[in-house]
Amino acid sequence: MIPGTFEYHRPKSVAEAAKLLRKSKDGRVLAGGHSLLPMMKLRMTEPSALIDLGAIAALRGIKKTGTKLVIGAMTTQHELLASALVAKNLPILHETAILIADPQVRYVGTIGGNVANGDPGNDMPAVMMALDATYKIAGPTKARVVKARAFYKGSYETALKAGEIVTAIEIPVPGKHGFAYEKLKRKVGDYATAAAAVLITLKAGKIAACAIALTNLAPTPLLAEAAAAALVGRAPDDAAISAAVAAARKIMDPANDTRGTPAYRKSVGGIYVERAIKRAIARAAG
Amino acid sequence: MSKTHVKFKLNGAAAEGMCEPRTLLVHFIRENLSITGTHIGCETTHCGACTVDLNGKSVKSCTLLAVQAQGADVVTIEGMANADGTLGALQEGFRQMHGLQCGYCTPGMIVRAHRLLKENPKPTDEEIRFGIAGNLCRCTGYQNIVKAIQHAAAKLRGEEYLEAAE
Amino acid sequence: MNDMSPNKAEREAKLEGMGCRRKRVEDVRFTQGKGNFVDDIKLPGMLFGDFVRSPYAHARIKGINIKKAMKVPGVLAVLTATELKGVNLAWMPTLAGDVQMVLADGKVLFQNQEVAFVVATDRYAAADGVEAVEVDYEALPVLVDPFKAMDKNAPVLREDLKGKTSGAHGPRKHHNHIFEWTMGDKDLTEAAFRKADVTIKELISYHRTHPSPLETCQSVASFDKIKGELTVWGTFQAPHVIRTVASLISTIPEHKIHVISPDVGGGFGNKVGAYPGYICSIVASIVTGKPVKWVEDRIENLTATSFARDYHMTAEIAATKDGKVQALRVHVLADHGAFDACADPSKWPAGFFNIVTGSYDFPVAHCAVDGVYTNKAPGGVAYRCSFRVTEAAYCIERAMDILAKKLNMDPAELRLKNFIRRDQFPYQSALGWEYDSGDYHTAMKQGMEKIGYPALREEQKRKQADFKAGKTRDIMGIGVSFFTEIVGAGPSKNCDILGIAMFDSCEIRIHPTGSAIARVGTKSTGQAHETTWAQIIATEIGIPSADIMVEEGNTDTAPYGLGTYGSRSTPVAGAAIAMAARKIKAKAQMIAAYMLEVHEGDLQFDIDGFRVKGLPEKFKSMKEIAWAAYHSVPPGMEPGLEAVSYYDPPNMTYPFGAYFCVMDIDVDTGVYKIRRFYALDDCGTRINPMVIEGQVHGGLTEAFAIAMGQEIRYDAGGNVLTGSFMDFFIPTAVETPVWETDHTVTPSPHHPIGAKGVGESPNVGGVPAFSNAVNDAFGFLGATHIQMPHDYWRNWEAAKSLGLIK
Repeated sequence: MIPGTFEYHRPKSVAEAAKLLRKSKDGRVLAGGHSLLPMMKLRMTEPSALIDLGAIAALRGIKKTGTKLVIGAMTTQHELLASALVAKNLPILHETAILIADPQVRYVGTIGGNVANGDPGNDMPAVMMALDATYKIAGPTKARVVKARAFYKGSYETALKAGEIVTAIEIPVPGKHGFAYEKLKRKVGDYATAAAAVLITLKAGKIAACAIALTNLAPTPLLAEAAAAALVGRAPDDAAISAAVAAARKIMDPANDTRGTPAYRKSVGGIYVERAIKRAIARAAG
Repeated sequence: MSKTHVKFKLNGAAAEGMCEPRTLLVHFIRENLSITGTHIGCETTHCGACTVDLNGKSVKSCTLLAVQAQGADVVTIEGMANADGTLGALQEGFRQMHGLQCGYCTPGMIVRAHRLLKENPKPTDEEIRFGIAGNLCRCTGYQNIVKAIQHAAAKLRGEEYLEAAE
Repeated sequence: MNDMSPNKAEREAKLEGMGCRRKRVEDVRFTQGKGNFVDDIKLPGMLFGDFVRSPYAHARIKGINIKKAMKVPGVLAVLTATELKGVNLAWMPTLAGDVQMVLADGKVLFQNQEVAFVVATDRYAAADGVEAVEVDYEALPVLVDPFKAMDKNAPVLREDLKGKTSGAHGPRKHHNHIFEWTMGDKDLTEAAFRKADVTIKELISYHRTHPSPLETCQSVASFDKIKGELTVWGTFQAPHVIRTVASLISTIPEHKIHVISPDVGGGFGNKVGAYPGYICSIVASIVTGKPVKWVEDRIENLTATSFARDYHMTAEIAATKDGKVQALRVHVLADHGAFDACADPSKWPAGFFNIVTGSYDFPVAHCAVDGVYTNKAPGGVAYRCSFRVTEAAYCIERAMDILAKKLNMDPAELRLKNFIRRDQFPYQSALGWEYDSGDYHTAMKQGMEKIGYPALREEQKRKQADFKAGKTRDIMGIGVSFFTEIVGAGPSKNCDILGIAMFDSCEIRIHPTGSAIARVGTKSTGQAHETTWAQIIATEIGIPSADIMVEEGNTDTAPYGLGTYGSRSTPVAGAAIAMAARKIKAKAQMIAAYMLEVHEGDLQFDIDGFRVKGLPEKFKSMKEIAWAAYHSVPPGMEPGLEAVSYYDPPNMTYPFGAYFCVMDIDVDTGVYKIRRFYALDDCGTRINPMVIEGQVHGGLTEAFAIAMGQEIRYDAGGNVLTGSFMDFFIPTAVETPVWETDHTVTPSPHHPIGAKGVGESPNVGGVPAFSNAVNDAFGFLGATHIQMPHDYWRNWEAAKSLGLIK
């Protein structure tokens, strides 16, 4: 398993990286590389150039600006887990990051890579959809932003255009809320058989706000809007939860692979949605 | 393809060589530098046999390019012994607790455990299991590896580890 | 040393002999990254070879174009079947009496089959060359399902066998049939079934999996044209056999072939066979005149070399209504893939599957095995088991549980009722084996007591009631497995590989200063031979283990042996070691008698030397005797102190054990939790308990993986779906249960030190324990037999088929 040949660049700035990417015919940016390099080693992709974002200091770090947390795209899962800012403001990111891959991969794997490469097995995209995050994107001409909820088009297909780089993720910090990321996997290091991210706010004994998103239950991460709508305005009881689970199941379209049949994954997907809702409610109430 | 000059610190000493940009770090260390303690098991980042310590992080060197290690501080199994050449705490722990059989996963396992203990000097058994979940072993069933790491952790804390190898 | 100052216990401790938890000598190098594995070998001018492999499971090759590949910088040669035909090596013999393509000759028969071998200056250039080779394929109909292999209109896979109505093991019934092998008395068995009170019949499949050691298969071949000598370093569990085979097929004289197994990173049966990579590296070295290295990657390992199992066993038991077994009948459909590359002793096409009567006193039995070809990788090897013993153990242990269920009996009670009793040993089984020894009732009862069996069954009853009352969605399973293995192949009367009897060997030399070197015909792939072989010698002749160097794996220096697999090292080589040591001891006794000026018969061995009976102060240590052996031997005696033993075992050994697994399964998700796993092993005399326990942990972890999800799975087009460690289940430390180990000791009566071998027991006994736990959990809901592997989604499918999922 040896990758094909390519030119290697290690720019110091985003502008320089964007320029290099534009200049190369079919170049790819290299973040943690733990999705890209295996594909290259299998020669499933053979980019002519790799633009390594590893030396761009501006792409790293986590800061809070106003009501938003801004996470540099090259921030690793390990750094997310070590961040007190994340722990305080967006604990669901901790709960998710710790379930990604294994320790070595978390040291290297980045949040930008996880959200941007469009792999339906990645965990952060669904969480970002639930959180209504915005991706900051640098491009050949000018910068733009795309909502996570509008980013995923298909398996490995995203709103990212040729020559564009995700530079940061901006996440609105929710007020007091309950959260959960529930993931079923066969073993450490595996992608989800099914997973669900849930955020819930309670007010006066009723669900005031809710977002639900699903991982690896369709060719893209899914925002389960009808499922969330089934809960909003209702008391957090079994009937409401069942309605939400049923609505979530309706939009699931999982692949048939070694993790199980579509029927199994839909069935278990609903159960993981239910577990995530219940845990989020308990936390919201606590 | 033109070659690049790569230089980094390996086990405390300067190491350098010329390689293609596509050269994987594990091949650079094993082939160019002839330091062969680091192994290759799966090539898809699942087994951890190729684990090295890079700038204070455990990484899988089969999925990093040598050029990405430019200027880095790299430590491999060859850097795990004590300064006087005696077995380091983890090496001794693995021997005392029968934490290895064929020995193929051992270098990656020890290098990973080294970082784990730096970050968590008094881990529970569960924390060790979680912390080494990026390293596969086909021989031991991990039970004695957990003990080996506890043995080393105790030694590094200046305590005595009393449990026997199973 | 002559005085009595250190007491007996201290002297014994100093030896670190048998029974001692001696720390491993291997670890000093392995923990420092100083092992010497094949890929660590670097020779001047060494080239690298890499395979072009077929993306198709079945296709005709219409053309191979190497022009572009030859233009890739660094590529020096591309071998295809055409080149290999020039040296008569396009095909090679298999251990099972079949032939196998080294490089695809006209067609490919399984996905990732070797098509061409690109030789280049390094592995990067070789990989580029592989990409540049153009192969024109014409897809052919694919046969994946072994049950369809002998359909009338099934595609013809092996065109080379056209018109051959018989193979190495008798008549062939169909163009995809390999052999039929039968054992036992068919008529008596049928008669027993006719008059039985109760019978059961079930198809019990043991799915295809793979040994997958962490180090893949690899080799370095170096042919010296001037001397006409070939040196091959490789991942060989049986280096001597590889040398003989290499000589037979290459016509290089055997004395000019040097085969070296350096440190090997796990074997588990994967590294017994001969693979196209080895052959191609050798041919490439001959062609280029330079050393050539071949290193398999993980995908190649999982998809092309040495699968295991793929046995589909229809088992029937006849019993009385109170649960006494009367007869066993088993038919096996064995999927061998595209070539019969089964790694068995040559006369045993289905290995020792006739151990399938297990630990039970079956008066009569009959078994028949049909081997068939399919468009899958060739094999199969014994993945941490003696030949097909794990399939047999799984079959009988599942069948006994199914019978227990039908009789409404507790599965442990049914086993206790049918065990071969201690006083029946040596026991002649209905399918032809003589079990050397056993004490099954004691082991089973000890296990039941330690696990708290009655209390667990009570708990299970409560949980079942709770489940039926809708209070829980968890079901609890208790898996019982009691296995008898047959290991230590084997006696020359029934075991050979390509005509070579399956003895093993040891040569010991005691040096003048009292230290020693021992060379053995086996090859450790993690079993700690360098540590444990020395312990046998230490106890036998009284020199400390620490003073004994053990060497294996170099065919120039080690005596000829058949290698390490099938748990044969301790039963066969372990015996050779003890016998060689006893030869040395006998000579030492003569020297000591001369030194002490007494008759030999007046001496008795005392831990680390000889003492004159009745005169305890008159003593000569082995160290002193060793010096004398090179200095002042008795008149007429040859100087020196060394011995060789080639040991042909009189019988196999029969390790056994009682395993218990306690598991909870959530029916809604299929997610299981292993609550407890208890393993009692009886491997006879225990040489190093620490190493034994380590072997048991490792084997149980493999059993856990196999039973709960590890498989080589194909789609209908013959594409492998589990070709990397992403999908091929190898548990991490997080999933792996904590193991409880225990033992009884029933020494083998015919083995010089009473040892039986243990490395494979946990895989053999573990798989049925896990599978029985799953089946036991679902049993009260109506399940009779749920096929392995029991991964989450299949547990859910089982629950669904029982109507438990809305």
